Amino acid sequence: MGSESGLKMRGISKYFAGVTALENVDFTVNSSEVHALVGANGAGKSTLMKILSGAYQKSEGKVYLGDKELEISSPQEAMEQGIVTVYQEVDVAIVPSLSVAENIMMDHIAINQPSIFMNWKNIKTSAAESLKEVGIDIDLNRLAGELTLAEKQLMVIARAVNQKAKFLILDEPTASLSLEECTTLFTIVKRLSSQGVGVIFISHRLDEIFENCQRITVLKDGRLVGDYNIADETIDSIVEKMLGKKMQNAFPPLSTPQEGVLMKVEHLSGEGGIKDVSFSVNKGEIVGIGGLVGGGKTELLKLLFGVAEVSNGDIYLNENKVVNSSPTAAIRNGFALVPEERRKEGVLVHETIETNITLPTLSNFCNGPFMVRNKINKSSRESIRRAAIKTSSERQYVNNLSGGNQQKVAIAKWLISDADIYLFDEPTKGVDVGSKYEIYSLIIELAKMGKGIVYASCEFDEILNLSNRTYIMYSGKISKPFITKNTNEEELLLYSTGGMK
Amino acid sequence: MNNKNNNVKAKPFSIFDFFYKYGTILTVIIVVIYFSLTVENWATFSNVTNIFRSVAIVSLIALAITFSLAVNGFDLSAAAIASFSAVIAAKIMIMWDASPVLAIIVPIIVGALIGLINSGLIIKIGISDMLTTLSMMFIVTGVSTTFQGGSAIYNYMPLLDGGIAPGLMPEGFKYIGQGRFLSIPVPVYIMLVVTICVHIFLNRTKYGRYLHMIGGNEEAARLCGIPTKKYRALAYVLSGIIASIAGVILCARLGSGEVDSAGSYLMDAVAAAFIGFSVLGIGKANAFGTLLGALLVGTLVNGLVMMSFPYYAQDIVKGIVLILGLGLTYYKKRS
Repeated sequence: MGSESGLKMRGISKYFAGVTALENVDFTVNSSEVHALVGANGAGKSTLMKILSGAYQKSEGKVYLGDKELEISSPQEAMEQGIVTVYQEVDVAIVPSLSVAENIMMDHIAINQPSIFMNWKNIKTSAAESLKEVGIDIDLNRLAGELTLAEKQLMVIARAVNQKAKFLILDEPTASLSLEECTTLFTIVKRLSSQGVGVIFISHRLDEIFENCQRITVLKDGRLVGDYNIADETIDSIVEKMLGKKMQNAFPPLSTPQEGVLMKVEHLSGEGGIKDVSFSVNKGEIVGIGGLVGGGKTELLKLLFGVAEVSNGDIYLNENKVVNSSPTAAIRNGFALVPEERRKEGVLVHETIETNITLPTLSNFCNGPFMVRNKINKSSRESIRRAAIKTSSERQYVNNLSGGNQQKVAIAKWLISDADIYLFDEPTKGVDVGSKYEIYSLIIELAKMGKGIVYASCEFDEILNLSNRTYIMYSGKISKPFITKNTNEEELLLYSTGGMK
Repeated sequence: MNNKNNNVKAKPFSIFDFFYKYGTILTVIIVVIYFSLTVENWATFSNVTNIFRSVAIVSLIALAITFSLAVNGFDLSAAAIASFSAVIAAKIMIMWDASPVLAIIVPIIVGALIGLINSGLIIKIGISDMLTTLSMMFIVTGVSTTFQGGSAIYNYMPLLDGGIAPGLMPEGFKYIGQGRFLSIPVPVYIMLVVTICVHIFLNRTKYGRYLHMIGGNEEAARLCGIPTKKYRALAYVLSGIIASIAGVILCARLGSGEVDSAGSYLMDAVAAAFIGFSVLGIGKANAFGTLLGALLVGTLVNGLVMMSFPYYAQDIVKGIVLILGLGLTYYKKRS
């Protein structure tokens, strides 16, 4: 059958309670091909893939495997056709309390097992084979819950291999992986595609798409922009297609920091493996904290914000010692944190924008214990404007916003608080290019107002373009400071991997 | 760029959305119309006030539970606290011959303390809300029965030493539970006042908002600087206080401190609070929803009794109403 065995989606539309999520979209992926699917947040990538994997029902359109029309009405049916999805939130797909072997063989155990008794020997050999086929080494007897995120993903891919997947959908698999882990992932993806598996690869990282994919489909606002050969395109041309306009510079111009140290951290150690960290932030300065995933960036910010417990060391703000024993205390001392896990920690998704924005500073909008609606509405609208949140009203539920706009809400709530130190933890994770630029602008605006910014990111690109000075975290320790414009990615990477002590 | 508002079509009328919002209220209206038409003497002033009075204590216990539900917890001990409070009130007046004012204040303090212990176990040790309060329900019921010596406490009760109880539950105290003001039973006023207070607290004050935020996503709330432990504790303390108020009224209503007098209200109260989620499609704990839920359950029970529906089968109807209410809420959350 050769390339005739491709998976085709034709004229796909999907409506949710009056909202058009997809309109007349065509999508094709061939066997042995790594096909990228890109688009800004909310362009409809996930919806399209959920239709393919049976999680959603299409409103219109047809799906073909080769020449045969498929009716995929459940994840089960998609799986029977060999279409397997690895979701970004890999935890939803695994049973943490079961072993790696059982997780890999889950579908076999659930559906195909002939006997009512568990055939442990068979389960283990078969799981081991799948792991070998994928080319990774994970102990079969470990509990899935103990694995790292990357290992969990690889385990789920092994499970897909075990199911004889013909088409593998990878939904932003690299969003939380370290460089090394990404390399492993791509080696496996290549091997699978050489074995005839068609891989659909969703990612916001265009560089890795250009390195690893052959073709690319671009969606915008629920419509198809086009299907291109990677070889004929450049990153700029793809971004232009995604945004429907020419890309401006990826980063807004930096401001110059003021003289005078705003925050000084001395010999800070504590929960999360942070050891003897010292650094400083000037007024109006953006200090980058770089390093690979697991280097301790998130843990450091959590220590500073009083989420985790400090065992040793001091924090000085304007030369006064401050003790952030809890987030409440940290906020009182003039700190603000935009956490990494947006939907879990950053915003309340089932509440309105207004509720989210005014929550940390609610007392300012109260008359005694009673909330004053007018003040809340007015201030929310002001913050929505400042943070460029795209919404019809301040009463919109955060859940209905795109990832980028949700993140802006998470930032906007601190605009009112008048904090001195803003801690950002991967604020552009899973955010589309356009929103990224707006978030960068917002952060630079804060710096211009004389705030101190700590910007933690594992994207060296961001660190190099958005910080005045930068430090690197490696296994809980902090490096010497770098003047950002005098350093480069190689040097930062070297420190990130523990190459220099 | 994503902007979903660009492609919002005119929202088609959805029957589900309509029922989601107004289903519970509609059910109340239908039940009322049905009983008025089919049950003789149902739609009379005396019967309607009767319903309200019978609902008063259930709805207070349900309001207590509402606080715990707001922080995404659960308070199964509320009814036990109410029973205990009734016993304390009776014992203070009848056995110890002390002032009825004390008989109101002391139970409320005890209720608050039990709430504090609940929250301590939940927050400090980390036992789940439901299991903590389930254990507390047993303990409080047991302590209460022990405290009253295993039997009811009532006026002129004979004592073991051959005498009679020294004190008396005064008529003024009984008025709280049995009296009428402008022909409406006093407990109904208390129920309405407490409902309004809880509503204002939950919807109009920052504290209420904090409780809801903690219930929605505790970690996000904590990172916003809300002292989440303090407010979770507050929810259980308020739950204990309101449950105690219910107990004091129950004591006045019965004129005695019975063994586990509020125990049978627990499940109705839980049902009322959960039915309350679905009222007007709010989807979370709220005071007026809870009141309406209690009224719905009370109306159904009253009507069924008057229709000579066997009492042992009434639970079937309650269960079905609860499923309908919860079904609306959870089905909506799913989509």
